[in-house]
Amino acid sequence: MFGDRSIAFKLILVITLCTSLIFTVILGYSYYRSKSVLQRELENNARNLALSSVNRVEAVLASVTRVTEGLARSLENGRYSHRELLALLKDTLADNPEIYGSCAAFEPDTRESNARPYAPYFFRSRGKIAYNNEDSFQYLRQDWYQISRELGRTEWTEPYYGDNGSNILMASCSVPFHETSGGARRVKGVVVSDISLEWLTATVASIKVLKSGYAFLLSRNGTIVTHPSREMIMNETVFSLAEARNDPGLRALGRKMISGGSDFIPYTDLYGRRCWLYYAPIPSVGWTLAVVFPEAELLAQVRSLSLTGAIMGLAGILLLTLAVVFIARSITTPLRSLAAATHQLAAGNFDLELPLVRSNDEVGLLAHDFQAMKESLKDYIRNLTETTAAKERIQSELKVATDIQASLLPRIFPAFPERPEFDIFASMDPAKEVGGDFYDFFFIDDTNLCFLIADVSDKGVPAALYMMVAKTLLKSEAQRLGEPDKILSSVNNILAADNDSCMFATVFCAILDTTCGEVRFANAGHNPPLTIDSTGIGYLTLESGFVLGPMPDIVYTTQRLTMQPGDTLFLYTDGVTEAKNRKEELYGEPQLLDALRRGPRDDLTETIHFIRAEVTRHANGAPQSDDITMVAITYRGSGVTRGSA
Amino acid sequence: MLTQAHAAVAETLKKASLLPLWSPQAQFAGYYTALERGIYRKHGIDLTIITGGPNRSPSAYLANGTADFTMLWLTTAMQQRSAGVRLVNIAQVVQNSSLMLVARKSSGIRTPADMNGKKIGLWGDPFAIPPTVFFTRQRLSVRTVPQSYTINLFLRGGIDVASAMWYNEYHTIINAGIDPDELSLFFFKDLGLNLPEDGLYALEKTVRRDPALVDSFVRATLEGWEYAFSHPDEALDIVIKQMRLARIPANRTHQKWMLERMRDLIAPRDGQALTGALNREDYQATGRILQKERMIRAIPDYDAFTRRPDVRR
Repeated sequence: MFGDRSIAFKLILVITLCTSLIFTVILGYSYYRSKSVLQRELENNARNLALSSVNRVEAVLASVTRVTEGLARSLENGRYSHRELLALLKDTLADNPEIYGSCAAFEPDTRESNARPYAPYFFRSRGKIAYNNEDSFQYLRQDWYQISRELGRTEWTEPYYGDNGSNILMASCSVPFHETSGGARRVKGVVVSDISLEWLTATVASIKVLKSGYAFLLSRNGTIVTHPSREMIMNETVFSLAEARNDPGLRALGRKMISGGSDFIPYTDLYGRRCWLYYAPIPSVGWTLAVVFPEAELLAQVRSLSLTGAIMGLAGILLLTLAVVFIARSITTPLRSLAAATHQLAAGNFDLELPLVRSNDEVGLLAHDFQAMKESLKDYIRNLTETTAAKERIQSELKVATDIQASLLPRIFPAFPERPEFDIFASMDPAKEVGGDFYDFFFIDDTNLCFLIADVSDKGVPAALYMMVAKTLLKSEAQRLGEPDKILSSVNNILAADNDSCMFATVFCAILDTTCGEVRFANAGHNPPLTIDSTGIGYLTLESGFVLGPMPDIVYTTQRLTMQPGDTLFLYTDGVTEAKNRKEELYGEPQLLDALRRGPRDDLTETIHFIRAEVTRHANGAPQSDDITMVAITYRGSGVTRGSA
Repeated sequence: MLTQAHAAVAETLKKASLLPLWSPQAQFAGYYTALERGIYRKHGIDLTIITGGPNRSPSAYLANGTADFTMLWLTTAMQQRSAGVRLVNIAQVVQNSSLMLVARKSSGIRTPADMNGKKIGLWGDPFAIPPTVFFTRQRLSVRTVPQSYTINLFLRGGIDVASAMWYNEYHTIINAGIDPDELSLFFFKDLGLNLPEDGLYALEKTVRRDPALVDSFVRATLEGWEYAFSHPDEALDIVIKQMRLARIPANRTHQKWMLERMRDLIAPRDGQALTGALNREDYQATGRILQKERMIRAIPDYDAFTRRPDVRR
């Protein structure tokens, strides 16, 4: 499926997929990294913000604490008249704009039976300093008096609403002062500085973290002192919220928060948002400032960052894809046109113009090579055409030669239908177009039939030419001389006369007297023919005789045999017995003899065709290496007539 | 027509006023709910609930006639009666004591004996009576410190043991971040001092002048409580609205706790309807304690002290 796609498609697919994968991994990693980095940054931001706010608040509260403690020490160490005490309190208030009210509340003198409450109090009212003296011992049960008195140390109260009609949120710093009388140190009273918490609320409200982050303040009891939702202020504690939300985790967190530590933790705020919370204590008062920022905003930043990254990445991938498309096309377009061109080339159109590729890259080289290939193919084909033409000419000439050669050999059977004394049949299959084997038969007079079989050394055209000469000579000399030995020696002398090519021919030449069946024959180095008679198949015994052509003045001997009617002589060339199959095994004489025994006897045509078929079967597709020639002659007797056999 | 009709209705309504023991909170959910739901009007009373608080003494308001009806603890009422104020218990709403002492386990206090020599925060009468009696009975020597209306002195460690109402200060301590298992609790109802608390009182002359009004008032009040207990969310809304009007910090969670505890204290244990009857044995037991403490000379006559409310509706 994938393999069928174009190169461009594969390139684009693979590169885009890989880059997308890499990009996704990088983006995911950077998302988490930047999330944690941002978280840390935000934590630092929150911490710095909280601590700077804590420090601002602490600075004010610490100075109020110092002033109040200074007052207490003054009252311990000095003796003040009523007027001096009022002046001291009033001056303290005037000098410290952050203090809202200043009071010295005295323990009732237990030594006096009619003790009067004494607690001069100066406070700010409409821009002026107002004076008030407590007229009852109510103050003895007030937190601001009682707590520091009981603990004997500086204490800040929980925030409370002022009850002098102003109803402002306040907190008081109380410092007990002592007197020593009769060796016993006892509390003489408590100095108190009230502060309004409005500035504190404003300070905390001004803490902005991101867009919807906020800060809130918890008192020592976990009471919410400042918060963006006003209805929480002084109405709720972190613990009542935990109870309302049925959230033990929040309660545990609240306990940690008011215990004076600081931490940065995940937190679900009152609106159910996942947030981060940083809290730190304000040491003077033991309150806790907490800064909350929603995780969604933190994530929004990371998300927008990642989104930007994703958009950039997508644009990049798109650009990359386009680039890949471009590159792929720059490769594949010439390749495609080359492919189209080679398609044409393959179809044999060598004259078309190949597309021009200017680049020097592999495609350019390929195109160039294609051009070169086309040119050399063209040349080659031109050459091939010429060669082929020449070859075809030769072929056709050879064909003609074959035809001529074939026409030289008697081919019409029955050859002598008017002569019932014998049957003759012959065949020659040249290994090439023209062969070096030949046979012949002709009457040299009315009763003597000359028949011969010959095998010229070598093959092809030279052998054919030689054969032509030999055949012509043999026929003419046979006509002239009429005896086999004379015929052969005469022809030998003629051929040997100027035989530069050292060619030669083996010949078996015989003359049949059709009146009596006597055969006179001579042999020039040819393999002995087979006789097939009533006794069976056997070799004709031959005198040795040298082949024709190499040297002159060879003497041949005429031998005789008488054929009985029905006897057959089977002449053949070594092309029959030396026919090879693919395993280089020869057909051989035993097989030939066997085939003759098995094959049909009555009709020579069939006999020879049968042997020919056997040889072909033996060769089994192996190319024919030598001419295959057979001549068979059967003597029928002189008295026979056609059709009365 | 309508205004005339309203006027006619208004004319038939009897004006009356009630001063609760303290500023608005769920301790008085029944009264505020009955007022808001029009239950008092239904019973023919045009009631005004005076905003209570630390500076408004119910016994004083009752004695000088500023309020027709007030709430008092039984001990206070018996002391008043002994001192000559002709008041009458017209209904005992809270039959049980919810006063308790609270200590941090970390201060080593686990049993009453552990309080010996410790600083104990006490409110004034009537809140100081049960602990004082208890310390006497247990022969404990303690340092008492006057306790204010906040529990901050206890939270800061200025005292070892604090007085607390189960429905109020105890929960405030919990909501200041101290876990229940960090505290030792001493309920007076479990220490043989189960003194009835919030009861409704009127002067004898008010009862004589209009007994029907008194009956209607008690009936409407008990109905208001029943309504508040069966509609807690609505009751809380009503209470918190009153607290906001009185400019008092209101914490719904805290008020919810308080309403649930009031239910524990008021609702009869046998699942019967509220009767508002003051139990004679409880009365006598309380009288004997006051006598022993020399807070009253003699126990006032139960029948003269109480007016069994007719709450059949």
